[in-house]
Amino acid sequence: MTIQEIYDLLKIHFNDDIKEITDISNGDSFITVNPANIFDILQFCRDYETLDFDYLTLISGMDSGENLGVVYHLYSMKFKHSIVIKAFVPKESPNIQSVVYLWRAADWHEREAFDLIGVVFDGHPNLIRILCPYDWEGHPLRKDYVTPQEYHGMKVPY
Amino acid sequence: MENNLENTTNNNKINIEYSQFDSERMRLNAGPQHPSTHGVLRLEVELDGEIVTDIIPHLGYLHRCFEKHCENSNYNQIVPFVDRLDYVSAINNEFPYVMAVEKLAGIEVSEKVQILRAMCAEINRIANHLLAISAFGLDSGAFTPLLFLFREREFALGILEKLSGARLLYNYFCPGGVRYEIYSDFKKDVKVFIDSVRLAMKEMEDLLIFNDIFIKRTEKIGLLPKEVAINFACSGPVARGSGINFDIRKSAPYSSYDKFDFDIPVVEPGKEVVGVSGDCWSRNWVRVKEIEESCKILEQGITLLPDEGSVTDGIPKKLKVPAGEVYCKAENTKGELGFYLVSNGSDKPERVRARATSFVNLAILPSISKGYMFADLIMILGSIDIVLGEVDR
Repeated sequence: MTIQEIYDLLKIHFNDDIKEITDISNGDSFITVNPANIFDILQFCRDYETLDFDYLTLISGMDSGENLGVVYHLYSMKFKHSIVIKAFVPKESPNIQSVVYLWRAADWHEREAFDLIGVVFDGHPNLIRILCPYDWEGHPLRKDYVTPQEYHGMKVPY
Repeated sequence: MENNLENTTNNNKINIEYSQFDSERMRLNAGPQHPSTHGVLRLEVELDGEIVTDIIPHLGYLHRCFEKHCENSNYNQIVPFVDRLDYVSAINNEFPYVMAVEKLAGIEVSEKVQILRAMCAEINRIANHLLAISAFGLDSGAFTPLLFLFREREFALGILEKLSGARLLYNYFCPGGVRYEIYSDFKKDVKVFIDSVRLAMKEMEDLLIFNDIFIKRTEKIGLLPKEVAINFACSGPVARGSGINFDIRKSAPYSSYDKFDFDIPVVEPGKEVVGVSGDCWSRNWVRVKEIEESCKILEQGITLLPDEGSVTDGIPKKLKVPAGEVYCKAENTKGELGFYLVSNGSDKPERVRARATSFVNLAILPSISKGYMFADLIMILGSIDIVLGEVDR
């Protein structure tokens, strides 16, 4: 299925929660959705017969200035099509529903997005840091991140 | 308690009811500094006697802020960083990254470059699998295969060194082409290399793969069912060992892979050679078969690679990447490696996100190794074939 067909199908079932489709001529186009309903939308993507996105390729967090973005790359083993779904959450309350119960692969990806970007995944069974030390402060991949001078008496910037 | 004791004495046999005792669980740290964890990985293992009841992997000992560095470097400077993710198959790492930049910038690449890239990737794949198989043998206590296969691996590294000037971290691909021209004896070297690899693998099947001790040690442990593998988004030999016919070189051919004729080795349920589909031996067997398939690709590459034409002409003098975003994936030696690249039109990327194969594959370890012996845990970890440089990034 092409991205336009998937968009139309989602629009029928979720109406206002599906916002817009952004065309990118030299890359992958993506669909922006409402973060409040992300779990239902992704569950629909996984379970609907002609979509069948059983393979969660990647979840990435990104800092887009005023908002934090969460990007889902889905792939279907059966139909060999893929889709990019984006949701933006405000920086003051960066909460979004976790999808660990849909794909177990989401577990570590969500922990990484929490660690590096600071997106909080509600309902994640074990949302702790994964790459940085457990007592690290701040989220390093945010654009306004300031590298600390010291960590446990060790000099950080070199 | 007293009643039970009376009963046991009356029946004149020892009847121990284990549920009445508090069995003590022990917590043991495997790693971070131990050869069997293949790098600096710490596994916090909960043991009941010798049986593994819980595993908590602690990552991040090799975290080098790859994604943060990328945001402060221009597109060409990132290639050496990408090498250092999965440092035993560096060429395969460069592949999807370079493709992603080319797609964003709209650079067309000549056919000669595409075939040369595929050939380099396959030489590198053989080198990686030789290391993976021999290190897996080492985990089970077989030391000789390591020494035998390193001889062949050295050959592969030699060819890539002649091409790129570096032994392990090549910095060879770049958007638009490759850095240096092919040296004159390249095809001859590849031919000799294929013959020697085939000979070595034949020897290895007798020595290690079908060795009775090795089979007993690896079959029917670490079972990974097909559905679980898909749900965990496993790829590469881990997925194919569980019977999933998933290889990006076939399902979405990139570069020049549609010109080559090769098979995807899959261990499907009911068609196993040894053991059952999804066990440690099957995952290793997929790697053994893949070496032969790579040899096939290389053989065809020798005839397909044109003699005339330059491989460095297509490199743009100044790389201009317009705004946009793309996710490019390629079949790395360990599975699907992808780069999600967001560009804002400047000379530095806005965001580079690596879908590290080992990171995703390692996530299955806690699920598939509970209930096995501690010694089996080392085998299961070895069969997933992780590189910590890629896990921690």
